[in-house]
Amino acid sequence: MMALATFKGGIHPPDKKDIAKNRAIKEAKSPQRVVIPLSQHLGAPCKPIVSIGQEIKKGAVIGEPGGFVSAPVHSSVSGKVIAIAEFPNAMGRMVNSIVIENDWKEEWTSLKDNPDYIKLSADELKEKVKAAGIVGMGGAAFPTLVKLSPPKEKPIDTVIINGAECEPYLTADYRLMMERPAEIVEGLKILMRILGVNKGFIGIENNKPDAIEKMKDAAKNEPDIEVCGLEVKYPQGAEKMLISALTGREVPPRALPMDVRVVVQNVGTALAVYEAARYGKPLIERVVTVTGEGIKNPANLMVKIGTLISDIVEECGGFKDSAGKVVSGGPMMGFALSTLDVPVTKGTSGILVIPEKGVVHAEEYGPCIRCGRCIDICPMGLMPSMLSILSEKGHYEDAKEYNLFDCFECGSCAFVCPSKRPIVQLVRLAKSLVKP
Amino acid sequence: MADVKKEHELIVTVSPHVRDEETTSRIMWTVNLSLLPALFMGFYFFGLKALFITALCIISSVLSEYFFQKAVKKKLTINDGSAFLTGLLLGMNLPSSLWSFNPFTIHVPIIGSVIAVVITKQFFGGLGYNIFNPALIGRAFLLISFPKAMTIWTEPSAAFFALDAKTTATPLGILKEDGLAKLIEVFGDKLNLYAELFNGHRAGSIGETSVLALLIGAGFLLYKRYITWHIPFSFLGTVAMLAWIFGGKNPETGKMLLFAGDPLIHLLSGGLMLGAFFMATDYVTCPTVRKGQIVFGIGCGALTMLIRIKGGYPEGVMFAILLMNCFAPLIDRAMKSDVFGAVKEKKK
Repeated sequence: MMALATFKGGIHPPDKKDIAKNRAIKEAKSPQRVVIPLSQHLGAPCKPIVSIGQEIKKGAVIGEPGGFVSAPVHSSVSGKVIAIAEFPNAMGRMVNSIVIENDWKEEWTSLKDNPDYIKLSADELKEKVKAAGIVGMGGAAFPTLVKLSPPKEKPIDTVIINGAECEPYLTADYRLMMERPAEIVEGLKILMRILGVNKGFIGIENNKPDAIEKMKDAAKNEPDIEVCGLEVKYPQGAEKMLISALTGREVPPRALPMDVRVVVQNVGTALAVYEAARYGKPLIERVVTVTGEGIKNPANLMVKIGTLISDIVEECGGFKDSAGKVVSGGPMMGFALSTLDVPVTKGTSGILVIPEKGVVHAEEYGPCIRCGRCIDICPMGLMPSMLSILSEKGHYEDAKEYNLFDCFECGSCAFVCPSKRPIVQLVRLAKSLVKP
Repeated sequence: MADVKKEHELIVTVSPHVRDEETTSRIMWTVNLSLLPALFMGFYFFGLKALFITALCIISSVLSEYFFQKAVKKKLTINDGSAFLTGLLLGMNLPSSLWSFNPFTIHVPIIGSVIAVVITKQFFGGLGYNIFNPALIGRAFLLISFPKAMTIWTEPSAAFFALDAKTTATPLGILKEDGLAKLIEVFGDKLNLYAELFNGHRAGSIGETSVLALLIGAGFLLYKRYITWHIPFSFLGTVAMLAWIFGGKNPETGKMLLFAGDPLIHLLSGGLMLGAFFMATDYVTCPTVRKGQIVFGIGCGALTMLIRIKGGYPEGVMFAILLMNCFAPLIDRAMKSDVFGAVKEKKK
């Protein structure tokens, strides 16, 4: 058998996908009210274009992009605007948000089925992606339009759909690939058309053989699209790692995928692109995996953007009695929540409930014993041990000599550290205190 | 929702939220465990004295750490197994003859332990911050301070309770003073010499003699990936290479004969196996990047052979590792890991 595509380094955390993988995607209950942050993406926040008291329909634009690197936001319910104010988001920051009271009428702005969408020009398709407010749904929430608008001197020749889903526990992308493979392939075709390329990859970790089968079947009449099994290894789904595994191209330090002629989009993003192109449907809902040993009824829910996490936890039967930590996202890169009254955004891939006994407390860590494990596994080839020591001692500038800004905070180093050092946090601290 | 936790009860910590089960103390205790076969062989050949010396080193190392940390009000870390390991390694690097009341030399291992733990490790900031391998500094201090007591080697026997065993020279000592022919004569024939060196039936430090037992422990550490091949293999390879090139002597004139040395004798004797697998690989005092570790191992091997062939001591492993310890931070600085993408774009 041929060796599976992969990258150098990486770790093997227990994948724990069994908790939620067999739960089919279910429509979450429409909530009483939604809190829709005007900044759900990387880049400039949106400007609100509605006022308090205004009646709006589902799918209506409520915030306009605040710059090129930005994406509009839409209402995920029909109802009335009751507040425009700052509310906390999952990362604990206060963000300007629009609160809409649900009138349960589910009245859409116009949705039009256009089965001939593939005949649209690249520019028309791009316009649809722009209008739908699509951002990367793998977690980073980078506006998709920007990725689809490479400068002329950087031609693209490959589009990769990221189905690796290397974060333990999460199964949202897996469920989409199992249930809606044809639409994902269509999404990829649209992306390839927009970028004018004729090579598409769909990369999936090998712990999802049934998803690989489904996607292969859906793409069997597409000679330009290759579905590839990937070695099961975290962070296989990180853009640079995925590109290296599938194309052998290494994105240079501080460069972007487009510098090696590649655009990477998540499975969920591809589906959103398809729905935008075909129906003109804006990005107002997404699949969220509700999982972990601490939740009563794990599920994969289609959740309206702006639904509070407390509503979702309630719908899933609440916590088993030992719930201790609730994480927005996966266990490797997600954020622990200090309150459940924060909304699901376009980048929320999962809600993970970790029982109290499973919580690693951050304060109990020891000195670096220089064992070198973190250096062996760092997918970026950095020396996390040195970064953590320099940051701990306050030598933030010196950390730059050790390529501080090439770290994308995947957490592999902290995972393997026998001294349980908060390496990622020390790196974040250093990054925040020096200029690149 | 009755059982939804109140906000203030949610635990907030930084990512990642899952951690590997490996801990520093588990590593340390596993290394301790991997040394037991060699310690047992030390006991088998040198009797209870070997155990007494080792126990004395372990107890004084752990107590030194305890009292130092109490005195300076630092967090107690004696349970992490690292002070225990320092004591164990120091004990295994000492001659069993130190357990003697006439002349009185029982204080020697205690002094070595205090030097190792307090001066070499704690004064530099404790675990993770020391520049030199603590056990080796302890031993180097003792070798310089008590040159006579530290070089009385007992003839190995299986008589566990003998307190006044015959003294003799180590194989490397014989090789240095009287040459290869004499060494072979002492052991009967060449094959027997190799066999005895491999089993450990020869004079030497408590834990260094049995290559067989050390390889069992080393194999276990390699299998558990607590150590990698980089340092020990480059260390041993360099020793073998240099022993072959420069280790030979013209039996008539006594002058160096190139490409005529016996690498096996050099590999199997002295503290090389103990040093290469258990001391040079000390995480804290060796480079952290693998390619740097190869340089480190080659340096250890070259210095060992320089001392063995040209130096005043018959054995050079200890000083070689200590000298290379100085260079570990420099090697790490000079040979950083290869950043992803910094090399040229590869074609698949």
